[in-house]
Amino acid sequence: MTIDRSFVEPNDQFPLGMRVLAVDDDPICLKLLETLLRKCQYHVTTTSQAIMALKLLRENKNNFDLVISDVHMPDMDGFKLLELVGLEMDLPVIMLSAYGDTKLVMKGISHGACDYLLKPVRIEELKNIWQHVVRRKKTDSKEQNNSDKPCHETEGGQAVTVTGDSDQNGKLNRKKRDQKEDENEDQSTQKRTRVVWTVDLHRKFVAAVNQLGIDKAVPKRILDMMNVEKLTRENVASHLQKYRLYLKRISVVASHQANMIAASGGADSPYLQMGFLNGLGNVPSMVGSAQFQNTDVRSLSSSGMLDRLNTPAGLGMRGLSSSGMVQLGHADNLINPINNQNKFHEVILPGNQNGNIQGMPTPFEFDQLQHKNGVDHIGDLSSANNDSMVFPISSGLSDGNMNGNSSRNSFLGAPHNPVMLQGQPQGIKRDELCGNQSFVTVASSNREYSSRLADFRGCIDSWPAVQASEIQSNSFTSNDCFKQDTRSYLMDRKSSIAMDTGNKSNNNSSIAVVPAGFPVLRTDLQSQAAPRQQSNAEQNMNDTQKQGWDENKQNPSHGPNLMCSFLNSMIPPHGVPDPFSQRLDLENTICHRNANGNNMIGQRNLVDSSTVQHNEVEQSAIGTTAKPKQGNLINQRKPQDGYSFDDVGSLEDLVTAMMKQEEDKSNMREGGWVYI
Amino acid sequence: MERSQMYRQLANMRKALFDQGFLDEQFVQLEELQDDANPNFVEEIVTLFYRDSTRLIHNIEQALEKNPLDFTKLDSYMHQFKGSTTSIGAKKVTNECTQFREYCKAGNGEGCKRTFEQLKKEYALLKKKLEAYFQLARQIGPVESACRPK
Repeated sequence: MTIDRSFVEPNDQFPLGMRVLAVDDDPICLKLLETLLRKCQYHVTTTSQAIMALKLLRENKNNFDLVISDVHMPDMDGFKLLELVGLEMDLPVIMLSAYGDTKLVMKGISHGACDYLLKPVRIEELKNIWQHVVRRKKTDSKEQNNSDKPCHETEGGQAVTVTGDSDQNGKLNRKKRDQKEDENEDQSTQKRTRVVWTVDLHRKFVAAVNQLGIDKAVPKRILDMMNVEKLTRENVASHLQKYRLYLKRISVVASHQANMIAASGGADSPYLQMGFLNGLGNVPSMVGSAQFQNTDVRSLSSSGMLDRLNTPAGLGMRGLSSSGMVQLGHADNLINPINNQNKFHEVILPGNQNGNIQGMPTPFEFDQLQHKNGVDHIGDLSSANNDSMVFPISSGLSDGNMNGNSSRNSFLGAPHNPVMLQGQPQGIKRDELCGNQSFVTVASSNREYSSRLADFRGCIDSWPAVQASEIQSNSFTSNDCFKQDTRSYLMDRKSSIAMDTGNKSNNNSSIAVVPAGFPVLRTDLQSQAAPRQQSNAEQNMNDTQKQGWDENKQNPSHGPNLMCSFLNSMIPPHGVPDPFSQRLDLENTICHRNANGNNMIGQRNLVDSSTVQHNEVEQSAIGTTAKPKQGNLINQRKPQDGYSFDDVGSLEDLVTAMMKQEEDKSNMREGGWVYI
Repeated sequence: MERSQMYRQLANMRKALFDQGFLDEQFVQLEELQDDANPNFVEEIVTLFYRDSTRLIHNIEQALEKNPLDFTKLDSYMHQFKGSTTSIGAKKVTNECTQFREYCKAGNGEGCKRTFEQLKKEYALLKKKLEAYFQLARQIGPVESACRPK
């Protein structure tokens, strides 16, 4: 493998000097490819391992313009690499294979390949690959142009109605585009600095989108609302596009759940954020608020997006989560507040961060991302949520596995142990978790979640912050409830999950803001071991992360669980007060999965990055039903029913469980938010 | 031997390899990539091929000894091997690879084994011829031997 580590400036003589990353396990092919590319006067970096390739790309996305990869590789499927690169880095990828049967080519295209070349590759073909780079840039510009068009036109008072005549619009678009052509041209030809969608940024983005309304959100307005320097409309536009895709994807899955999860994670990758965002938006159940687009999350995860999400950059989820703190709102108050929360969108399943709110990112990815912020785990959580989450928050956190993909559940498990979380944190692999996220995976038995919870590291940290309505992004207005106890607790804690800090690594834990009374469990959300269990719905979230993307996709119904788990996970690291445990109980009960997939997430501000699996979320959603107490977290799902989380594991379950508990125990309210 | 004679001999060898179907157009591509910056590119890559493919051949042989045969695995190995052979333009060997794959798909163990024997023969034969070719080329001098006859 040859790696040229010297910094390569973006080339003004494009396509000469275009920076290509070539990946092929066959040394002969690789050498040949390298020579051919050099002959075309490109700048080439080669590696025979997909893992190495990802590492290089993640180190600095701006180092490369294009990736060429073999399909058949021993360490990772070429298509998977393709997806990951497309999602995380948004670079054009060309597939290479000795076989060119239609099915394979189709697969390549559907996974997002720009082109599919057959071996032995000829130099003539390579001479033209730069077009893919240009095309992509143009598409971004165009998108921006188009999206801005309406604004401009209306603002400009143009006679032609934007919405009307397509021809006219087309003309206008063209005109607009032409006007900007020069400007864009320069931009396209120059290497643009890639914008890193940090959790914080993503959070702002989501907030803006939600404020505007997903249908009306146009890049220009979003940009204005976000008010971030150096962010261009173009950046926002492309991010919006991804976000929309994400939403669509997770809409399949219980949207609620997604929201929950999304909230939790600060996905590193934009997707994560997206998922996150989505989740937030979609939480229908969320007290009317953000819908948690669990589905999006899920879809994301399924595609391994979670991974991306989990990447530090992506932890948008985290950020979201912060907003979407799942408020376990144990008390009645919580419930009410939850209603107000609408801004759930931010929350999102911690699990989602990993992209999987529903589907957990593939374990492989997760592992890689693990280090990133708990977000990775978020995805896991989601998947983990599949099991009935019973988050026994109990001693739970000690599982500490949060980080590891191991027992997620442990985290959330001990519902009755408020302290659990506390113990956990230690257990939790801190290294994985971002900071001291105590991942409180509420007792859900999310085994997976626990690990995920760990992933959520970030989530939890942000938890405190999140809680106090700090959840920045979310507007859990109802925060009051949780704020009560938790707020102080949270305050101390590390910056709120993602929301505040938007850092990926640290806070990504999705913080499920537990409504007052719920002890804030700072479990390292990272390990989102989303407690599927109802008790700790939140925990599941984390677990799901580990599950891998694919798994998560599943159950939409997990939503509620997710919440639950999420909630569960909110175990304040420090001596969680008992209320939490109580809460957890509630959660457990609540988390019972609602087949209808209430989006607990939506309700909860599942800030927690614990990637409560989407499933969980769904489940928790169920749980959360009706538990106002639960706080914002859960949409009022009917926690009471004693959910049986079958495989909820989702935050929802958790949340619901929690909610239930809430109802049962008035004291649940106190403060702690179980963060999953 | 006189230089021009050697050169002519080399050209003949080369022509024969093509005419007899040992090499195809891809080999020409390799030659074209050879230049001052990469003076021995063709030889290097061929050497690399023979070194790396030994391992693959060995794997396939082992897999063929198993009972029952794992066709998926065999196919996978052959896929990798074929990628290499096509890259250097080893025409006959590549053909055998294709044949082998067909047998794998059909689940024909006997066919696979037979084809593989044939493949090994072609592989070894090509290796000998190319070794001789490169040896002569080195004698003549890198630049000239790399040039494609006009």
